[in-house]
Amino acid sequence: MSASRLDLDFRLVRGGFELAVSETLTLDGVTVLFGPNGSGKSMTLRTIAGLESGAEGVVRFEDTDWLRSDTDTFVAAYRRPVAHVFQDARLFSHLDVAGNLEFAQRRAKGDGPEVSRDDVVEVFDIAHLLQRMPQGLSGGERQRVAMARALLTRPRLVLMDEPLSALDVQRRAQALNFIEQIPERFQVPVIYVTHQIDEVVRLANQLVLIAGGRIEASGRSADLMSRLDLPPFTGRFEAGTIIEARVKNHNAAFALTELEVSEGVQVEVPFLDFPVGEMVRLRVRARDVSIAVTKPKGVSLRNVLPAKVEEVQAEADTAFAEVRLSVADQAVRARISRASAHELKLEPGKAVFVMVKATALDRRLLTRR
Amino acid sequence: MTAEVFDAIWLTARLATISVVLLLIMATPVAWWLAFTRSRMKIPVEALTTLPLVLPPTVLGFYLLILLGPAGWLGSWWVSLTGDTLTFSFTGLVVASMIHSLPFVVQPMRQAFQDMGTGPLEDAATLGAGPLDRFFSVGLPQAKRGIVTASVLGFAHVLGEFGVVLMVGGNIPGRTKVVSIAIYESVETLDYATAHMLSAGLLLLSFAVLVGVFAVNRSIPMKVGQ
Repeated sequence: MSASRLDLDFRLVRGGFELAVSETLTLDGVTVLFGPNGSGKSMTLRTIAGLESGAEGVVRFEDTDWLRSDTDTFVAAYRRPVAHVFQDARLFSHLDVAGNLEFAQRRAKGDGPEVSRDDVVEVFDIAHLLQRMPQGLSGGERQRVAMARALLTRPRLVLMDEPLSALDVQRRAQALNFIEQIPERFQVPVIYVTHQIDEVVRLANQLVLIAGGRIEASGRSADLMSRLDLPPFTGRFEAGTIIEARVKNHNAAFALTELEVSEGVQVEVPFLDFPVGEMVRLRVRARDVSIAVTKPKGVSLRNVLPAKVEEVQAEADTAFAEVRLSVADQAVRARISRASAHELKLEPGKAVFVMVKATALDRRLLTRR
Repeated sequence: MTAEVFDAIWLTARLATISVVLLLIMATPVAWWLAFTRSRMKIPVEALTTLPLVLPPTVLGFYLLILLGPAGWLGSWWVSLTGDTLTFSFTGLVVASMIHSLPFVVQPMRQAFQDMGTGPLEDAATLGAGPLDRFFSVGLPQAKRGIVTASVLGFAHVLGEFGVVLMVGGNIPGRTKVVSIAIYESVETLDYATAHMLSAGLLLLSFAVLVGVFAVNRSIPMKVGQ
């Protein structure tokens, strides 16, 4: 699938809140729109879908203007080749699952690749649900039907608005498996709205950070996740970075898996059921990283990696400082006390060692690439 | 049962059926508009469609008599069109019944459309359904309960009206003499047997209708299960 281009340059005022977006997105795979509640994520998505009539400016997909205020161009939602999966699934309660699918199929408005009912029924595993009414389905089942139905419109772009927010942890993990397949299986890019960091790690190829009605940054997710200005989005407790690594070896005796971050730099994590050679992403939280100026000996921490200090940022009014480091060209962040930062004389360029608890590399946060 | 009583029952049934069918066709778009518009006209229109609910039937009947009479603009237009007057005719009764029962049909449907909300409509739009398509394939089926309620309440209300019919239609057997007027006449002429029969009939019918409405409201699920 080649990348699609989406030009956004619009303004939308709703109840005293102003959303002003000016950004060109290159959509390839899953683009996650990430930000706190009330930051304008859903409004952005709705403007792209054509559901916000008050938006002024430009929304252009490839070479087609969907919105262009200066020429009074507004393509109605039902004419845009866009599928929208809503937070609450919104299946039609007067139709059974098969009827819901047929509703979309009969009106297929997009000119995206051909999608058959059999395809979506198989991919989303809903064959056994076809005769059921939406009211009787679980939250996860409803979202799967909603995704299947959305894809039957043969969209050129799929929008998803926090589709997992109503699901429990286990169902979410399951649903993520389905979502992950969409771009490749159906040859269509996805814009995915969430405020859950683990969904970002799991899904995002590209990341767009939005706060207070403005886009703060956008780009490759691995690049953005390392930025020190992330806390407004994640909260300090969850802030961290993503490291990419290759599965090198399994140590069955101790139930450990060795991951190679780069030549000679390795971390150990609790056993992972991925084949050797597979690339994974792991999220390392800043609060789980400590720093030593000399290589520590005789400690229980097994992951001791050589690193270089890039930036030290004291948090105003707290005892803590954020330290950005690089480990073999990949970014790692540490949250340590300001006193330690001072005592260790941490400053940009200084060579140090970072220590990460193996158990802190949360398995839930790992994903295949 | 005398032929005259039978005529009154048959006339009432026809009047209620025709009025409700026409009302449903005309009131559904109004209810839809009221449920979703952000226009400033919403409140005046809402008040206007609810007016027949609070006006004394005699007030409504009086104005309708003026409007539908051979000198009124609707009545004179009708005379020039058909050569017949609207007042004291079956057609006039239908017009009067529709106006009188309007709130009973508009309100339940408006409520049903409002309960449905814009969610399913937006959903349908993103699936490629245009405005008319959304109205017919999502709006109407989702508001099924409200439409059933509206039909039944409208029907029952036409059956029961008295003042407006008397003012506009008079009391012409086979033409404008409906059951409620027949009852009044029977009592006036001390024909209590006929009054009993017709009154009991209306009572039972109204009760059955309301039981039906409540049963339907219970059995048709309205919202996407949350």
